[in-house]
Amino acid sequence: MTVTRAEICATACSDAWRGAGEVLAHGVGTVPAIGVRLARLTHAPELVVGDGEAFFMADPPPLGTTAADGGVVESWAPYYRIFEILNTGRRQSMMGAGQIDRYGNQNISSIGDWRKPARQLIGVRGAPGNTVNHRTDYWVARHGTRVFVPAVDVVSGVGNDRARSHAGSSLRFHHLGVVITNLAVLDYDDEGRLKVKSLHPGVTAEEVRENTGFPIDASTTEVTRTPTAEELELIRTVIDPRGLREREVPSSR
Amino acid sequence: MADKTMPLAELTEHVRSGMTVGIGGWGSRRKPMAMVRELLRSDVTDLTVVTFGGPDAGLLCAAGKVRKLVYGFVSLDSIALDPFFRAAREAGSVETAEFDEGMFVAGLRAGAARLSFTPTRAGLESDVLAMNPELKTVASPYDDEVYVAMPGLRLDVALLHLNRADAQGNSQYLGPDPYFDDLFAMAADRCFVSVEKVVPTEELTASAPAQSLLVSRMFVTGVIEAPRGAHFTSCEPDYSRDEAFQSHYAAAGRDKEAWRTFREQFLAGDETQYQAAVAAFHEEETAR
Repeated sequence: MTVTRAEICATACSDAWRGAGEVLAHGVGTVPAIGVRLARLTHAPELVVGDGEAFFMADPPPLGTTAADGGVVESWAPYYRIFEILNTGRRQSMMGAGQIDRYGNQNISSIGDWRKPARQLIGVRGAPGNTVNHRTDYWVARHGTRVFVPAVDVVSGVGNDRARSHAGSSLRFHHLGVVITNLAVLDYDDEGRLKVKSLHPGVTAEEVRENTGFPIDASTTEVTRTPTAEELELIRTVIDPRGLREREVPSSR
Repeated sequence: MADKTMPLAELTEHVRSGMTVGIGGWGSRRKPMAMVRELLRSDVTDLTVVTFGGPDAGLLCAAGKVRKLVYGFVSLDSIALDPFFRAAREAGSVETAEFDEGMFVAGLRAGAARLSFTPTRAGLESDVLAMNPELKTVASPYDDEVYVAMPGLRLDVALLHLNRADAQGNSQYLGPDPYFDDLFAMAADRCFVSVEKVVPTEELTASAPAQSLLVSRMFVTGVIEAPRGAHFTSCEPDYSRDEAFQSHYAAAGRDKEAWRTFREQFLAGDETQYQAAVAAFHEEETAR
């Protein structure tokens, strides 16, 4: 069976937690949630994985299930504990992004003037706190110029330019890792600007440039790796047997 | 010992126009909806509502009760946005203070501890500071760090819904998460708790651990027995979120005519009539 784009994205997400250590892995969205579980079941058995409610699970729970559906609970982490944990830095998140600029400033709050937005999004949620406390990555299911914009309307997740201009050492834990999209894996250059780290198989540099609303270095020759046989087996039969990943990243796109 | 039980209808003797009202729960989970519905029936208005918002925020906005909404977020969980919150924001009709969730918790902690602020890293260099220009930073007296000085969120009244309480106000949660209900109670001058069932004190720990006793009576002014009082939000383990009804609410909230029908069907009468109308809604859904 051929490997789908969604499956390549899932293994790219999994790789974001490579070497993260014994920390809480948190992923927003279907493909990041698959990535967390895949990392936990392969290269990062020490990762701590929650059920999306108040429990950490000894084994990664099947997509869309909680401790109430079964499984062994290894710890209790109601919401107040999550905020305590993120303040300790023992967490790594992959969040979504309504907008993202070239320095990795992310917006999930609203589009337009925040006083009377053209479109209300979900609010800043935990993005300001996450980005100044622990590594944060982003997942963009539809790489396009509506998401990758010259300037975001409400800086929710703090970008590299703002973090670097901050006087003093309060933002020393700011750490943006990668942005994974349906087209490519992006990371940051020495100036903190987004660049293409690898193109997914079949995607051209031109395609990424055309779908990014600011100039981006897409000169890489690296191709995003495809899942191993073991990873494919885990994705298809253990983690996401219902194929929810294909709804988030349709193969026809 | 004082018996603090009171009828739901008496709530509006304590919640007055212009007050700052904190609402417990989280999103569409364990919200004091019976008390919110009681406010909808009253003439109370001009409220500052402080909440990890769900349909509590939406319904109060829909009824024009809100002057200012102070929130960590407003979501229905299984549905990303409450329709009335979205409409109020996009019309610019309600003053808002949007905070990072961790900042919001820091504000509650400061309020509970009677501090003017709590220092937090969250918010630094983000547009939360631009959206809330009254926010200031504070320099550490020990090193070169600078933090956001999150102002204490102090409440005139807190409204909570829990699983059980005794008549004196000792309140218990039996679900997986206390949310921030204990902080809301401590940050408020007066706190009203609705529960699924009022029980004798000794019954509280008969089948649940003492750690489930979240709020002591010293922080509780009144206890209201309101079975299914969190509906349509969840109140585990007594009941889960009523997803069918929540979808119905969210759809009605997007259409003027549908909302008029919804109000007539569910919000025109008292709490008993509400619960009966919900039961009828489900009978109809099942028959369909």
